[in-house]
Amino acid sequence: MHPAPSVIVFTSLSGLGFGLMFWMGFGVPDVFGWTAFWMYFVAYALAVGGLIASTLHLGNPQRAIKAFSQWRTSWLSREGVAAVLTLLVVAAYAIELIFFQSRYPLLGWIGSLLAIATVFTTSKIYNQLKTVPRWNLPLTPLLFLTYALAGGALLAGQVLTAAVLLLVLTGLQMVAWQMGDKAFANAGHSIETATGLGHLGKVRQLENAHSSPNYLMKEMVYVVARKHAQKLRAIALVTLGLLPAAILLFLPFNHALALVAVASHLIGVFTARWLFFAEAEHVVGLYYDKR
Amino acid sequence: MTALPQTTEKKLGLVIDLDICVGCHACVVNCKEWNTSNYGAPLSDIDPYGAEPMGTFLNRVHSYEVKSEGCNAQTVHFPKSCLHCDDAPCVTVCPTGASYKRAEDGIVLVNEDNCIGCGLCAWACPYGARELDQMEGVMKKCTLCVDRIYNENIPEIDRLPACVRTCPAGARHFGDFADPDSNVSRLSAERGGMELMPEQGTKPVNRYLPPRPKSDVTAENKIDLLAPYLAPMDEADSAKGFLGWLDKALEKI
Repeated sequence: MHPAPSVIVFTSLSGLGFGLMFWMGFGVPDVFGWTAFWMYFVAYALAVGGLIASTLHLGNPQRAIKAFSQWRTSWLSREGVAAVLTLLVVAAYAIELIFFQSRYPLLGWIGSLLAIATVFTTSKIYNQLKTVPRWNLPLTPLLFLTYALAGGALLAGQVLTAAVLLLVLTGLQMVAWQMGDKAFANAGHSIETATGLGHLGKVRQLENAHSSPNYLMKEMVYVVARKHAQKLRAIALVTLGLLPAAILLFLPFNHALALVAVASHLIGVFTARWLFFAEAEHVVGLYYDKR
Repeated sequence: MTALPQTTEKKLGLVIDLDICVGCHACVVNCKEWNTSNYGAPLSDIDPYGAEPMGTFLNRVHSYEVKSEGCNAQTVHFPKSCLHCDDAPCVTVCPTGASYKRAEDGIVLVNEDNCIGCGLCAWACPYGARELDQMEGVMKKCTLCVDRIYNENIPEIDRLPACVRTCPAGARHFGDFADPDSNVSRLSAERGGMELMPEQGTKPVNRYLPPRPKSDVTAENKIDLLAPYLAPMDEADSAKGFLGWLDKALEKI
């Protein structure tokens, strides 16, 4: 799949933002006033910034409001609804923390549940697609949720929780890559099932259906730069989990080091999310004899 | 609402005969011609006379070679457009309700006024039947020429999808699969009409007729009328007469 920057930015940043909102809804960390303001500023900048980025790839963003209407059937619509509900509920909770120095726990918990539900709906947009076997694994939602919880804990300054979750995330990401590498073959799709000509023999493309690439090939038959996938995976594992966890566990906690850990994690998340799209193989590639 | 209808009264669709298709792309051209000036936004072309011309098409013809051990390879031209699936994954993923499947005839359509161009339906389709128009930013797909098949302003003989009407080889057929006695149902039953990628569970309506078995001219015990004329001359023959002299003369040069 084409790794569109807008979608990589959206899923990475809004995941982190909603992850931070999740922890803060439980009073983790226990902050009020200006500290709470700045933390919620970061959470909203990430979540809303990501959501705005996601509208950049739309062909007709002026009609985006209509995307809230089909929540009964569409995960994308559910995500929009969940995101707006989360932002509203968390805003009410945050206003109380910031301006009235008090906490209404029930509102916080509801906000946290909504925040994590939003991340789940994001993951389902990709996970539901049978056409992309690598995404169509039960691990995909779990991976997105762990990304949000680990990144959120890191931003919330929860040293031990974040370190443990980052290590869990690193392991989970490794397993996801290993399972993902086999997913296409396991799903049983081939150029023979795509064309229905398998009973006649081995099928290969004789001639292109069109002389230059079309929307389908640019969007779904993205094969560029996969040769660096293994190196990028290694970079992602070190930067998203191992390095930040090591900083948290073995170095004395201070804000400068925490910033390094966050920056490293962000680089790792972007790299892993780029791979999430670039390595995803859509079955339509079979019609082009490409994967 | 982008929920799929439980059942559809009719199941309009195509039968595509892979035995007959010659790969002339006339269906592609006539589809583009009709659909660029009728239902919805025009089908734009980007850089049409440049180095890498791109455009929106609702129908494409692929060409494959099929070869099995010990047999001659054969060419199969393979037209591909929307299969108007009963369980269309492109419809249910749509966040705005722009994509829908009609309860009356099963045609899958896009209401372009509601389409935000997110592209998720194209991702959900295993067949590559949907293309996002680069100029209009809305999703385009085969409408089964909904503006022809019911159109009383055109002669009755033309009330067929443009691709079917134009096919010079008669490789495309249009009809109602819900009726077991329709032309398409009978053709499909007789010739073993197949679904594409059945493992995706989309329950496509369109059917593809597999190529008929080819006779193998190289098989033993076959009478080959041309063989005696094509056999190479033996050494003794080639050495005689004028041709023999010419052969030797040319060898010496």
